Amino acid sequence: MGEVNLSQVMDRNRSFVDRVIEESGQDIRQCYQCAKCSGGCPGSSAMDYPPNQIIRMLMLGMKEEVLKSHTIWVCMGCNTCTTRCIRDIQVAAVMDTLRQEAVRAGYVDKAKLVLSFNESFLWTVRTFGRLFEPGMAMMNNLKTGNFMKDMQFGLPLMLKGKASMFPHRIKGRREMKKIFDQVRGGK
Amino acid sequence: MTKYAFYPGCSLETGGIEYGMSSQAVAKALGIELLEVPDWNCCGASSAHMTDHLLSLALPARILALAETLPVTEIVAPCAACHARFAAVEYELGRDEELKQKVNSLLERPYTGKVKLRYYLDIFSNPETLSEIEKKVKRPLKGLKVACYYGCLFVKPPKIVNFVDDPEDPQSMDNIIRALGAEPVQWPYKTECCGASLGVTLEDHCTKLCNDILRFARDSGADCIVAACPLCQANLDMRQVTVEKKYGVSYRMPIPFFTQLIGLALGLDPKTLGFPKLFVDPVGMLKKVGVA
Repeated sequence: MGEVNLSQVMDRNRSFVDRVIEESGQDIRQCYQCAKCSGGCPGSSAMDYPPNQIIRMLMLGMKEEVLKSHTIWVCMGCNTCTTRCIRDIQVAAVMDTLRQEAVRAGYVDKAKLVLSFNESFLWTVRTFGRLFEPGMAMMNNLKTGNFMKDMQFGLPLMLKGKASMFPHRIKGRREMKKIFDQVRGGK
Repeated sequence: MTKYAFYPGCSLETGGIEYGMSSQAVAKALGIELLEVPDWNCCGASSAHMTDHLLSLALPARILALAETLPVTEIVAPCAACHARFAAVEYELGRDEELKQKVNSLLERPYTGKVKLRYYLDIFSNPETLSEIEKKVKRPLKGLKVACYYGCLFVKPPKIVNFVDDPEDPQSMDNIIRALGAEPVQWPYKTECCGASLGVTLEDHCTKLCNDILRFARDSGADCIVAACPLCQANLDMRQVTVEKKYGVSYRMPIPFFTQLIGLALGLDPKTLGFPKLFVDPVGMLKKVGVA
């Protein structure tokens, strides 16, 4: 991170910070940087900024740095931070909002693998009503170009009766399609 | 007969099929009726809540609305991720009428909130059922040391997901294991994260988290890690060989579901309970309790 003129970024990004607070329902301004969230975070060693720093950067209005961070895509949503936050901030919910904001703003370089996984996952849910893992894995591998990822598990899963060649289709598929069509990011 | 709406979720028919098999077998043996939610859909899991807030509520709300057609007052979800999504619906729609209407406008059948979410472990670990289990144990699991692994989302965050267990040191599974005659070990990774879908998107980190869990369980003297979530179980069981290769270790640690152990103690056939479906061979563990 280079030099940052804090009063300028805050002026420029105040509406972004307000929107994150509004969308997540979390008043991040309550944070007093005890860093318990980062101490217990199982993802922190793979992150570029630990969760408490992300919250602090948000409070300072550093929109680009936060949305371009690797951190928001490493977070698995385990909710350890939320559980331990002494100031009652649902940190994991803030991470969800930040991921959605990053996609909306086009900061997706570090998110390619997560986004293609999510898209492949949700595509099967939208189409069949339930997750169809072989379809998801194949679509995900095509999207990422990592064709053999987890393919070693395919045959053993089939042999153990843990994967089916064909998806189960629910009756309410039309309703599912309607739900997906009417929400943002539901393509 | 106690009745619950039962939401298997996608895993219990695929990767976690032994959890589904053992859940039904054990419920039957204990006189609990698990009624499957008709025409259920996927809850959307973390892919939905990372993508869109409204989507992440509408998908589980459709399921809860369908559960309201059943003659029950409570619903259970054996998968921690599904459980957490139902809890989010109850929590958020329960305190925001406008949001509830918005979600309901997407659904064919409105969600009213009349069927309440019950913590899956609690339908076995509540005092009445626990003494029923103790009475029906035919094959005490004596000498078996068990690392109870709850995963994250059944107990975190406690304000939203459940009001029964401690989020840092939960006890409900430990109590069940004791009732079966086995010994739950003291270990620090009961509710640590397995990496969830990072197994697909950032495998190295998921492998590290799973290695930590497996190592702590082994060092605590456990013969097996007992899981309550199908994603945790898949990461620890199916990906264990990847962990062993990367870290140059050999754990061969079986990862059964807690319902499989209940069934074993009740004297049910290991096959009916789906033991052959596990990736890491449980035969050593089964021999220890006098089966196989």
